[in-house]
Amino acid sequence: MTPRPAAGPLPLRALPVGEHGLLVELDRAEDAGALHAELLRRAAGGTLPAVREIVPAARTVFLDGLADPGALAAELPGWRVPPPAAGDRPAVEIPVRYDGPDLAEVAALWGVTAEEVVRLHAGTAFRVAFCGFAPGFGYLTGLPERLGVPRRATPRTRVPAGSIGLAGPYTGVYPRSSPGGWQLIGRTDAVLWDPRREPAALLAPGTPVRFVPVDAPVPAPRTGPSRPAPQESAR
Amino acid sequence: MTDRALTVVRAGALTTVQDLGRPGHAHLGVPRSGALDEPAHRLANRLVGNPATAATLETTVTGCAVRLRTAATAAVTGAACPVSVDGRPAPWGAPVRVPAGAVLEAGPATHGLRSYVAVAGGIDAEPVLGSRATDLLSGLGPEPLADGAVLPLGPPYGPPPAAADAVPQPGPPAELVLPFLPGPRDDWFTAAGLRTLATAAFRVSPATNRIGLRTEGPALERARDGELPSEGMPLGALQVPPNGLPVLFLHDHPTTGGYPVAGVVPERFLPAAAQAVPGTPVRFVRLR
Repeated sequence: MTPRPAAGPLPLRALPVGEHGLLVELDRAEDAGALHAELLRRAAGGTLPAVREIVPAARTVFLDGLADPGALAAELPGWRVPPPAAGDRPAVEIPVRYDGPDLAEVAALWGVTAEEVVRLHAGTAFRVAFCGFAPGFGYLTGLPERLGVPRRATPRTRVPAGSIGLAGPYTGVYPRSSPGGWQLIGRTDAVLWDPRREPAALLAPGTPVRFVPVDAPVPAPRTGPSRPAPQESAR
Repeated sequence: MTDRALTVVRAGALTTVQDLGRPGHAHLGVPRSGALDEPAHRLANRLVGNPATAATLETTVTGCAVRLRTAATAAVTGAACPVSVDGRPAPWGAPVRVPAGAVLEAGPATHGLRSYVAVAGGIDAEPVLGSRATDLLSGLGPEPLADGAVLPLGPPYGPPPAAADAVPQPGPPAELVLPFLPGPRDDWFTAAGLRTLATAAFRVSPATNRIGLRTEGPALERARDGELPSEGMPLGALQVPPNGLPVLFLHDHPTTGGYPVAGVVPERFLPAAAQAVPGTPVRFVRLR
C-alpha cells in the first residue's frame, strides 16, 4: 500500500443518498477515520455546512441532512486531510477478565496459547472505527490483519452484557445482553451505554481504547432493558 | 402521585409514546425514532395547544383507550377511527374535552394504520437523549403501553387554539406510490433489477413494523453477490436483503447495515407509508 502524503487529498467517491445525503466512500478504513475526524474538526470550527448526522462506518462516512449535498461533494476531493493522529488523547481503559467461552477457539485460530491471546489483545492500541448494531456498540480496530477471526458458525441466542468479542478485523463489547455471533474472549463490568450519563456512550467513533487484564471476578452484569433485543445479529 | 396522569385501559395491539425522535445520534448506533406519521402527530398536538415536540401516543390498527385522572383536552388524528369519551361518540381530528376520570377511546382504524392521541400537556415520560420516543429496535424510551400502566402528563401549555384547525388530512392511499431517488448502491443491481424496482407491483407485507415497511413482489436481480462492509443507512432507504425484496427503512431503522440500498424515498413521502395497511399495493416511481 502506498503511503499518502501527510495531509493530502484523499482518494474518495461521493455518492448521493436521497435528496439531502452523501455517502463518501474511501479506499481504506484509516482514510474513513481520517475523513471523519476532519469532518468533526470542521463542524466544531463552524466551517462545515449544517448537517444532521455524520455516520462513519467500515470504509465510508455518511452525511445526512445537508441542504446542498452536491456542493459538498464537489468540494471534498480538494480537502487536505491529515492522517488520524495517534495518541492525541488518552485511551479509555476497559478492565477485562479474559475468560470468555471462545478464548481457546481464538487461541487455536491464532495458533498461540490462551495466555498469548491475552498478551496480544491487551497489548493492542485500539480505536473505535464506528458504532452500530446497538446503542454504544463500537467496532474497534487495531489488531493486525492476520489476527482476524470468522464469526461463530452458529450465533448465540444470548450474549451477556459486557462480553468482549472478536469478529473479522473487529473487537466489540456488548453494551447489553443480546443475540450475537462474535467469538467471546472475556468480560468487563464497564458500563458501555448509560442514557443517564453524559456522554451516554463510553465509546464513540474515534475514541482510543485499551483493554486491561484483571484477575478479580467481574461483578454480575448489570441487566439491560427487559425489551427483546434487536433481531439483527451483531456484525 | 400527581393527578396529571393517564391510566391505560386498553393498550391495543401496539401503542407507543412518540415525539419528533432523537436525530443526531446515529453515529452512536441510536436510531432516529419518532412518530412515523409526523404530520398527524403535529396536528394532534396543535389541536390541543401543545408544541410539536410534545409526546403523543401512536396506535397500531386497533387503537387504544386511556382514563384521564384530570380533565384535559385531547385529540385523535392519523388513521381514521371512531373516537369516544366514556362510550359517547366524539369527533375525530378535533379537540375533545375529556372530564376527569373519563375514558378516551381511539377505536380500531377504519382507514389507515396508526392513529395519534394527543393530550394537553403531552405524555411526560422520562426523556432519553432529548426524546420520549419509544424505539423498538434498540429499546430506548418508554416501554410500549400495557394495560394498567400509568403515564404522567405534563402541565398544559396554554389554551388550545380558539379556532379549530382545518383538517385536510390525506386519506390513506388505495395504492401506495413512493417516489425514490436511485442510489447509493444501484450499481449492485442489473438494469433489469432496477427496472423491476421502478415498474413492478409490490404489496405491503404483514411483516411491516416501525423499523421497516417490508414488501412482497418480484425480487430485484442483483449484478453482484455478497454484502457491503457496514455503511450508514438513511431514513427512507430501500435496502435490499438477499431475498431481493426491498425494505423501506422507517424511523426505528438500524443506523448501519451491509445490504445494498437501491434507492432512497424522500422523507416527505414517508407519512403515507406509515398508514399503508398490509396488502396495500405499492409502486416505486423513479424521481430522476
